[in-house]
Amino acid sequence: MAKLKTTPNLTRPDDLYQALIDAQEPLSPADAERFRARLILLLANQVGDDEVVMEAITSASKGMESTDGA
Amino acid sequence: MAKSFAYETYPYRRSPDQDARNPTHHPVVVVGGGLVGLAFAVDMALHGVPVVVLDDNNQVSTGSRSICVAKRSLEIFDRLGIGERCVEKGITWNKGKVLRGDTLLYDFDLQPDPGHKRPAFINLQQYYVESYLVDRFNGLGVGEARWLNKVTSVLHHDDHVALTIETPDGPYTITCDWLIAADGVKSAVRHALDLPFVGETFNDHFLITDVVMQSDMPTERRFWFDPSFHGGGSALLHKQPDNVWRIDLQLGPQADREEEMKEENILPRLHAMLGEDAKFTIDWGSLYTFQCRRLEKFRHDRVLFAGDAAHTVSPFGARGGNGGIQDIDNLAWKLVAVLDGSAPVSLLDSYDAERIPAADENIMNSTRATDFMAPKNATMVLFREAVLDMAEHHPFARAFVNSGRLSVPDVYEQSPLSTPSDMQGQGVLPPGSPAIDAPVTVDGRDTWLLDHFGGHFCLLDMSGDDTGHEDLGMHVFKIGRDFQDTQGMAEQRYGGGLYLMRPDQHVAARFDGFDADAIRAARRKALGET
Repeated sequence: MAKLKTTPNLTRPDDLYQALIDAQEPLSPADAERFRARLILLLANQVGDDEVVMEAITSASKGMESTDGA
Repeated sequence: MAKSFAYETYPYRRSPDQDARNPTHHPVVVVGGGLVGLAFAVDMALHGVPVVVLDDNNQVSTGSRSICVAKRSLEIFDRLGIGERCVEKGITWNKGKVLRGDTLLYDFDLQPDPGHKRPAFINLQQYYVESYLVDRFNGLGVGEARWLNKVTSVLHHDDHVALTIETPDGPYTITCDWLIAADGVKSAVRHALDLPFVGETFNDHFLITDVVMQSDMPTERRFWFDPSFHGGGSALLHKQPDNVWRIDLQLGPQADREEEMKEENILPRLHAMLGEDAKFTIDWGSLYTFQCRRLEKFRHDRVLFAGDAAHTVSPFGARGGNGGIQDIDNLAWKLVAVLDGSAPVSLLDSYDAERIPAADENIMNSTRATDFMAPKNATMVLFREAVLDMAEHHPFARAFVNSGRLSVPDVYEQSPLSTPSDMQGQGVLPPGSPAIDAPVTVDGRDTWLLDHFGGHFCLLDMSGDDTGHEDLGMHVFKIGRDFQDTQGMAEQRYGGGLYLMRPDQHVAARFDGFDADAIRAARRKALGET
């Protein structure tokens, strides 16, 4: 577990953040979720390294409770 | 009024204008004797242009208001002659902490790289800065400030502006060629001319309080998202001189102004934050909502708006006061050049061309910070919480956390006054950039580069060649001859060559080698000649 980059890696983080918010602004909640799923898949493909994406999945899951009733 | 500050009352004096049979004419009148109006008046006085400052009050700022003075403002204050007083009195800071609940997410250090005369920021109450400006203006003895002079009407004619002014002795009228409206966010001049102030008003109320408290807490900026002591909002703590601490608490959209301002309601909030046994007194307080708005144009023929009268932002990022100081830095030399005939009147349009993009950048940053603190929709909440979830452990997420993007000087990238550069590369300042300071030696004395230009056009020559300069009619500051770059930092920051510097210390043009005709042409362009 060392390949995932967690140090700042963007030149204009504020602009990117705003673009993410703006893109969802006109969408219904359901469409916003579809948008985010598409975006994740696009970016995962762009990363092009299964191991890194797996690490990101693990990292993003941290601290979340499972709600499947198990 | 802040209790910790010894306010001086500036005397109302009857002006001969009030007894004149016909309205007296003045070249330049400034409405508003606050931070921006006074800074402008001092700048004009330094150029020998007397201005009349009209202020409806007779004291400096009632509250500490814009406390964070940015490096660029201090450099402008150095040029105006109050920089040293500000830094001596102010609290220099560069560290900060960002917390969520009671957990530290990260700390930051704005520690500027070495080799600058002025720090990234000082904290200093606005009433101090204004009182220094009043002292400086009076000391220069050029122009006059008229206290308890309230402008009640503005008539904008083709060839002059007429003002009616209310005083303790009754009303009188004057006229002027140029009117500078620096009368704040509620600008009477803006209302008199019925100009739209376009933008966004935010719903959340914020309680701003200064407390006087003996404390050994460090002088860092502390910002909390949802702290346990103040459920559901953000909180800010920042130290000022005289043991005054700035506290800013987000109260949400439902706050009742009258109720929230009662001491019995403020005290429990402050005790929850500072500790039940904390000993402090409330020095000043205010309840406010944010606006991010601006005029569509800052120049309306003979009337020019500056500071909050022209544009207003939320306080997170310290872009209000600092933005206003940069306005007058940009405007004063242009008006001087128009008045003395060295530039066409159209030069004043470049004030819009340069300062409107700067205002938009400040408004954009301020709006983003406000949206992050008070998310307006479910998506904003979702992303903000995701960012805050990850910020403690993942440094990348900290870049998205927005508790205010602190004021940095604007680069006038699209300026019509700039001459495109010969060369682009490492360490080369593009035209439109503010000059960068560096330690230099003059006559064996350690000094700072920025102390040697400003106020007038100047040629900074770091080309290192020996060609004698023709008389360009401007000050030339030449490396090796006029100054030594003993630490090599000027070279590192400017990358050699020749720089034509504007009176506001912004780069007008850069040249690889000396070319008198090209330099003269660039100077003409910077003066708005076509």
